[in-house]
Amino acid sequence: MTKVPNPEFEADCIRRILAGEKHLFHDLIRPCERAIFFLLLSLLKNETDAEDAAQDTVIKVYRNLHLFRGDSQFRTWVLSIARNEGLGRIRKSRTRKEDSLEAWTDEQSGDYTPAILTSWREIPAEALERKEVGELLRAAIEALPEIYRNVVLLRDIEEMDVRETAAALGITEGAVKVRLHRARAMLQKDLTPRLKGYAPRKEGLVKALFGWKR
Amino acid sequence: MRIDCKHVWDHISAYIDGEVNAELRAEIDRHLETCEICSAVLDSTRNVVVLMADDRVFELPAGFSDRLHARMDKELELAGPTP
Repeated sequence: MTKVPNPEFEADCIRRILAGEKHLFHDLIRPCERAIFFLLLSLLKNETDAEDAAQDTVIKVYRNLHLFRGDSQFRTWVLSIARNEGLGRIRKSRTRKEDSLEAWTDEQSGDYTPAILTSWREIPAEALERKEVGELLRAAIEALPEIYRNVVLLRDIEEMDVRETAAALGITEGAVKVRLHRARAMLQKDLTPRLKGYAPRKEGLVKALFGWKR
Repeated sequence: MRIDCKHVWDHISAYIDGEVNAELRAEIDRHLETCEICSAVLDSTRNVVVLMADDRVFELPAGFSDRLHARMDKELELAGPTP
């Protein structure tokens, strides 16, 4: 499934849905499903609530489709509706005082000392075959303060660009970059000591796979 | 100009995303050639970024899509000819 938005397809789809071809709404939403769910999961921290909120979001998108003006990407617009849905639920529940939206701010110190382990130099691509690696990653991301978790989910997990992430979260592009930098630093520090055991022995395997160069 | 390790760490995320300018990139590259510690920090940060992008790490709950589209079908049936 593609993560890359296709504005021509979306515009055509929306025009036809509004003209009566309602079933096309399924095709329009499909490329946004993952991002909707994971944004809501990052806000609500609970799969059941996130799924429920995702369904309500999609219904709101449908009912308001005639209001989409095309001055932003469709997915960005959808994600801002998802975010509002999530924030509305948080306000209603008021059960999350320990991790309120104001708990962390960009002004907080960005200084950090990275975990320094020279033994984890290769990417353990095959490590993901092992269930516990995925669990470690998910747990580390869930442990991030909310303002960082949202950015990581959209930028590094859904691979959205800086501009779209900023628009979906209602923050500046500068804030996206600062938060992403800090989030990655926290994840590096948290995960490196625990993931190094999964490093493959073969030199250069992953560089060949991913084609990275400095 | 020689840059220190802290300076490199401050730009690691932007470096990975290719968002540092050519001059800074060259400085960081020069530093990395001789600094084992920063090379390790860069590699491990990049490893984390690559692992997170793997769809196997974050999967939708089983049946999520089916339930979502079933709910949409209901809404589409109830709604009038156009939204």
